[in-house]
Order: sequence, then C-alpha cells, then structure tokens
Amino acid sequence: MNEELLWTLRKNKIVSMLKENKRLDDRAFDEFRQAKIQLEFSKCAEGSARVLLGKTDVIVGVKLGLAEPYADSPTEGSISCNVELLSMADASFEAGPPRPEAVEISRVVDRGIRESHCIDLESLCLVEGEKVWSVFIDANVLNLDGNMYDAVSLGAIASLLTAKVPKFEDGKIVKEEFSGKLKILNKPIMTSFAKINDFVLVDPNLAEEKVLDARFHVSSSEDNMFNACQKADAGSFKQNEIEFCLENALKKAKDLRKLL
Amino acid sequence: MSKKNTEEIEYVSKGKRVDGRKVDEIRPISIKAGVLPNADGSAYIEWGQNKIIVGVYGPKEALPKHIADPYKAVIRFQYGMAAFSVPERKAPRPGRREIEISKVCGEALERAVFLEKFPNTMIEIQAQVLDSNAGSRVAALTAAAVALADAGIPMRGLVSGCAIGRAGGHLIADLNKTEEDAPDAVDLAFAAISNSKEIVLMQMDGRVTEKEFKELMELGLKSAEKVHEFQKKALIEKYKNPENQGDKK
Repeated sequence: MNEELLWTLRKNKIVSMLKENKRLDDRAFDEFRQAKIQLEFSKCAEGSARVLLGKTDVIVGVKLGLAEPYADSPTEGSISCNVELLSMADASFEAGPPRPEAVEISRVVDRGIRESHCIDLESLCLVEGEKVWSVFIDANVLNLDGNMYDAVSLGAIASLLTAKVPKFEDGKIVKEEFSGKLKILNKPIMTSFAKINDFVLVDPNLAEEKVLDARFHVSSSEDNMFNACQKADAGSFKQNEIEFCLENALKKAKDLRKLL
Repeated sequence: MSKKNTEEIEYVSKGKRVDGRKVDEIRPISIKAGVLPNADGSAYIEWGQNKIIVGVYGPKEALPKHIADPYKAVIRFQYGMAAFSVPERKAPRPGRREIEISKVCGEALERAVFLEKFPNTMIEIQAQVLDSNAGSRVAALTAAAVALADAGIPMRGLVSGCAIGRAGGHLIADLNKTEEDAPDAVDLAFAAISNSKEIVLMQMDGRVTEKEFKELMELGLKSAEKVHEFQKKALIEKYKNPENQGDKK
C-alpha cells in the first residue's frame, strides 16, 4: 500500500482526535514526554550523554581538539556541532552523505548552543593567535520517536556540563589527564512545537511529526532569554500561535532544565 | 561566521541608523520580473547592495522519479552564492549554510503555491546571489515569489521577506552588515504571506526577551507588507508592456 496514502489516513485520525482535545498518546497539547538522561555514556568522550525522550534515543558526545584560532578572533576557541541521522533510527533515513534534514538539525542545535553564549569562547584560548580549543559536539540519533531536536539539544548541554578539558602541556595534549571542567555559563534548552491543521502541540511524537504541517523550534536559557529559533516545513504559523509557543517554551525549558 | 564589532558604535542616534535610515525603514528595493529568456519565470532583485537573480522552471515532470508526489507538485529551491559575491571568496559548492537556506526557503514557498494542482511535477527554483550585504536569503525568497508569479504559477499570495533584529538595543528592520555585527545583534530572517499574515519563514540568531520577540514579529509583518508593494509593482510593470500580455509560448 502507498505510504503517502497511509499517512493521509493517519492524519485524518490524528486531526479528528485533536478536535476532541486528544493526542494519540493521551498527552495534553502542552505536555512534554518524560525525558531521561544517562551521563558519561562514552568513556572516550570528554563529556557525553544519552537521552531518551519517549522512544527517541540519541547519544551526544563532546570532544575537545586543538585548533588554530580564526584570524579575526585570535583569543577565541570554536564550537562545531554535527548530528548524524543513522539509517537504523528510522525507515525514512538513508545511509550516505548528510541530507538537508541532517544539515538543518545540526545547524539549529548549533545556534541554540552558540547564541546562548553558554560556552565562554575566550576561556578556550591556550596561546593567543596560535592555539585554542575547538569544542566538537557530535550527536548520533539511534532511534526516532519524534522530536529529535529537543533530545539532541538536551544531550548537548548535558554533555557540555560534564565535559572535562584535557591537560595541555608543552604544546601538546597530555593523554588521559585533565586540567578541569569545561566552563559552562548557562543552560540553553530547545523546545519544539508541531502545527497540525490549526493545532499547535509541544514535543511531537513520531506520528505527529510525520503528519505535521509546520515545525517551530526555539532555544531559551534560565534568564528567560530566547537564543535562537527556526520555523520549518511547508505550513505557516499565525502570530498568536508563535506567542503561544514562546510562552510554553519558557515553562517546558524550566522543567527540562531540572534534569540537568 | 562573522566577527562582532568591537569598536563602540552608536547604532541609532537621534532616530537615525548608521546608514541614515529610520529604525523601521528598509533599504532601497527594486525588482524586475521576467529577466531570463529561457526560464519559465524569473526575477532580479536589488536590495541594498544585494543583487540576486532567480529562475523558475516548471511545473515539469518530477525527476528523478522517486521524488514525485502523486498528490502535489514538489518544490526544489536552490540558494547559491557566486564565489565573488562575498568579501572572502566562497567555494562555489553549497555548504551547510546554503543547504539549510535552500530547505527553509523552499518550504516557505510551499505554503503559498497551490501545489495540489500539479501532481507528479516539480517546480525548480534557483536563486543565485551575485553581490551581497546582509539579508540575502530574504531577498532571494522575495525575488523567488515574483519569479513564480512570473511563471504563471497560481499562488495564495506572494511570500514577502525581510530581516528584522536588534542592534545597540534598538529593534530595527532590514539589518545591514554593520548592524548584523553589533555586539548585541539579533538577526531574525522573516517572511510572511502578506494578505493572510501567515508566517512562513522565521530563523533567529541572538538573544531576545519574550517582549522583544513579539515586537520583532510585529515589525516583521509590517516590513513584509512594505516589501509586498515592491513585488506587486514589479509584476504590474512587466504586464504593462503589451509585448508581455500574450501567452509566453
């Protein structure tokens, strides 16, 4: 049977339930699923975390590497963020070079972290103009059950908070020795919303994600400032719907931050 | 990644910005529809220093076949930058930034086009930036909407874009490069379908309060309306010419 047709039927079902104020998994529209964080999953990483959100399963690792600073910022380290959508995670993911979906999540998660200024880039400078730390945040999505954006972002800040800085001596990294913890200044949290017809839902599950018209992701920190946002997919949002997302994002972020 | 300005700049002084504009004033825009002879639809936009040309082909057979959708047309949007269009030469191959912009701009247009009228087809849109200075993605998207209309593709309305944001504590429309590099810069790429006030593009970098965010949306919708006027003008200009009043082919 045609996959597209199946999802059209499922969408009809989902929408008819939403009209009765119900979601497939019995959650309220503004209810987040239980998230679980397992820290220090990978021993080789400077910091790592595995996050379960429903059955969405992601693992994030942080590595620090030596790099030359950019010419226009000789005293600043750098951040790089990459998300691998492993083909094992969902039948719709394919092996091979990153597709636009993977590029998008990498960049949106990156902006949520970067723009919050939770990593003090100046503190990553070792030798001005010569050597700085580069913070690599890499995520693998192992299983997709919707809302990988929030799961990956949560994993990113959780691993950053536990990350250790390798010892740097005589221009080299001393293996298996650390000079201290990575300094993290705040805790940015991503909150994602799905719009299905005229309904706006927080933390979409897989079925909701497959039928949604548009997505909205927004990152905020504990000072209630928004760090970054992204609207995506073919649908649109009304001004009041975005306002609903913003208000809810702050509340949900507060709850999620307690897990860190 | 651009470097923030370190020198102290007064971004808004006596109601005027660094380039003399008012806080809600957009840079000069001129759009011309129908600039590429071979394309089914096209547009050229000059917006401040940005110069972008857009070509549209389609609806045509969706290829490769597996991308075809039996219920609607597929939009393929390709945002690219000429190697010479930025201060530091850019490798011509699309990087992660271009891939993401292409994705979200294509999606922004999907809401506007009556895709369901053209099952199993694709509409190819290519936007090439030839010169740039802040706000090139919204300019490309704005020109793409005109090019789609020029191709005769039915739409719910024109997608109109504008960057909005903050510099030196002031909320402003259509940031230039200096403003984008302000220490407290917020850059929100924004686009809406003007007649229905539906928001179809929203990408933000930078830290804002909830109040500022709401004000930015308001400013975005107002700015998009202004941009919409330039788009309409471009289409009317083209069809004023008797040569352009018949069928293209």
